Amino acid sequence: MERNNTSWFREKILMGRTLGEFIRDNLTIGNMIALIILIFGIYAMVYRLIYGLGPATNLSDEYPWGIWIGWDVLVAIALAGSGFSVGTVIHLFGLEEYHHFARFVVLSSLLRYVFEVFCLLFDLGRYYNIYVMLIRSWGFSSVLFLVGWHFFLYTNICLVEFAPAVFEWLDLKRVRDFFAKLVIWATMFGAIIAVGHQSALGGLYLVAPYKLHPLWYSALLPLFFVISAIFGGISIAIIEATIIRKAIRHQMKDFDEEDFNRKLIGLGKAAACVLYIYLILKLLDFAHYEKWHYLKGFYGFWYTVELSAFVFIPALMFTSAVRNRIVWLVKLGAVLTAFGVVVNRLNVSIFAYKWYVPLSQKYYPAWTEIALSAGVFTLMVLTYRFVLNRMAVFYEHPKYRSEH
Amino acid sequence: MKLNRREFLKGLGALAGTLIITKPSISQAYSKGDAPSIYATGNKANEKVWKIYEERKKKHLPPPEEPYAVLVDISKCVGCRRCEWACNEWNQNPNRPLKEFEASVHQKPSVFDKIRRPHAGNFTVVNRFYTKDGTPLYVKRQCMHCVDPGCYSACLVQAYRKTPEGPVIYNKSICMGCRLCMIACPFDIPAYEYYDPITPQITKCTMCYDRIVEGKVPACVEICTAGALTFGKRSEIVKLAWERIHTNPGKYVPYVYGEKEVGGTSWLYISPVPFEEVGFLKLEETPIPEYSERFLFMIKLFEVVAPWPLVYGAYYQISKSRKKKQSINEEKGEGHGKK
Repeated sequence: MERNNTSWFREKILMGRTLGEFIRDNLTIGNMIALIILIFGIYAMVYRLIYGLGPATNLSDEYPWGIWIGWDVLVAIALAGSGFSVGTVIHLFGLEEYHHFARFVVLSSLLRYVFEVFCLLFDLGRYYNIYVMLIRSWGFSSVLFLVGWHFFLYTNICLVEFAPAVFEWLDLKRVRDFFAKLVIWATMFGAIIAVGHQSALGGLYLVAPYKLHPLWYSALLPLFFVISAIFGGISIAIIEATIIRKAIRHQMKDFDEEDFNRKLIGLGKAAACVLYIYLILKLLDFAHYEKWHYLKGFYGFWYTVELSAFVFIPALMFTSAVRNRIVWLVKLGAVLTAFGVVVNRLNVSIFAYKWYVPLSQKYYPAWTEIALSAGVFTLMVLTYRFVLNRMAVFYEHPKYRSEH
Repeated sequence: MKLNRREFLKGLGALAGTLIITKPSISQAYSKGDAPSIYATGNKANEKVWKIYEERKKKHLPPPEEPYAVLVDISKCVGCRRCEWACNEWNQNPNRPLKEFEASVHQKPSVFDKIRRPHAGNFTVVNRFYTKDGTPLYVKRQCMHCVDPGCYSACLVQAYRKTPEGPVIYNKSICMGCRLCMIACPFDIPAYEYYDPITPQITKCTMCYDRIVEGKVPACVEICTAGALTFGKRSEIVKLAWERIHTNPGKYVPYVYGEKEVGGTSWLYISPVPFEEVGFLKLEETPIPEYSERFLFMIKLFEVVAPWPLVYGAYYQISKSRKKKQSINEEKGEGHGKK
């Protein structure tokens, strides 16, 4: 039993190497940096758990939510929109030529959700009470209740969607086939659940009409969050596909560069459409609530920057790239768009929140907060790599090729 | 038990990180000028009040015919801060001798120099504002006990209740510590025990629920000798407020703050100057819960309607791939794949 276990470990985890070889192979500069970040991150986690939120963060009664919500939840979940936006289209509208993307967008969503919940546990004051939301006391009037339940469901849905890849890796064909049949239904429910909680994250701020700057506050806030999650997700899919394709080129021998680029441009086209819809709705919201006079001053300027530099310009970039078939412009547009989503979420959650407070008294993250976020992100990237190296995510598993 | 665990964990932490982890000391905070009440932990008042509420519910005690309210007459407050002292005393918050509270109105550098807010270790504060002609006005601040509270609607585990007596109270035992109630409160009242690592809780004014169910008035109302605070049934308090405004023409601005704000509050204010000048936000009449209710209805509608076209799409894809499988894949006879 013991020996059997070891050989399984060696085969699956160490990828056929001995432990010594494995460690030697992983002594790279990149891994060293990751290790250092992890050490700081774990230090921050321990510090938070022992001394509490007060010493570990810059949160206060004025600013109850900091970057653990703004960055690790709002930004991460918006960018995890790739799972539902790209995944849904592939499975439900039968765009099979994109199925290269299907698994890895699901994986990237899954990991983001898992690690976001992990990070959230440190932000919750009474993390051990998290079960209350699921089984003991239901606050149906709360938007956060909706978010919590949807996170829980969606993580499970992503697990089902990704399960076939895991069981291909473990070589359990029957289990794999069972889950493979479930994938399309999981995707379907996932799409609904994802729209539900992406909008609910915007809906959280609906209860703060007097605290969020009027330029950002809107009755349409939930809708803005969904739409920006869609184009944010598409952009992340473009970026991740590009990076990963470079990183694991050796795994894909029969890779068709032309075809890959054509698909990137296709994704760019979708992103451009969604960006235009978003822009039009934003302008409608601006005009309907007559926010003209807010344009004066710093927040007005910042709002204009957000809309023009991170929505309008990328939309133009995508348009031009699609019309002239320029792949690098699609990638550049994707980077700008994803960055724009980050800016938007941080604006809503931190910057435009309590905008009337003078700049000197505003919240800024403590180093421990940043360290914890960076640590969680590093963990996510390492897990990502671990999975990509072992499971058939970006290519077809040789044994199951006919199934696709 | 709980204390033991905390002590144990602290000991563990000290062991693990004596070299690197340094705990910011509270004396440091004093020197920075922060209010020490930020660092308070282990508040008992909110828990006690919740227990009384539960007991009363179990016994099916009849609610009062009408919820209670308090009227704050800003023109009468002299800034003695005795209400702060009485509040701390009754709710067992960290306290100082009464004389220190009373003295601050005459002191030169005094607590009044800064606009304060309630924190973990104090439920009420008195702030000083100057009118245009330079006379000081003192404004008491505490939970407004909204008729339709935002904190209640924001809470994902329903840790808040609006009692039939009027107070909005909080249950720490199911709280997850997400702090959305702090974001939802338009008056910025709920405070958080940031310095408790294991069992932090929200703390806020309970309107002395434990006193008013016994037929007494809140501790702050009882100690106020200036006549700035009046306790009574809400409808009578609103009537009284307007009566004072009408019988003293020119003394008050003709407005009762809290009568309609965010759907009405159980603490009402009348003031000799416009309310914006003494630190009150201009609020709409829409209760805070309504902002999210509309959205929640829309999302339910979506989640009921949207599955049907998607079910159709999924079914269509499955049948399409099944046909394809049948035409291509005859001799293997394996199960239907996902696509």
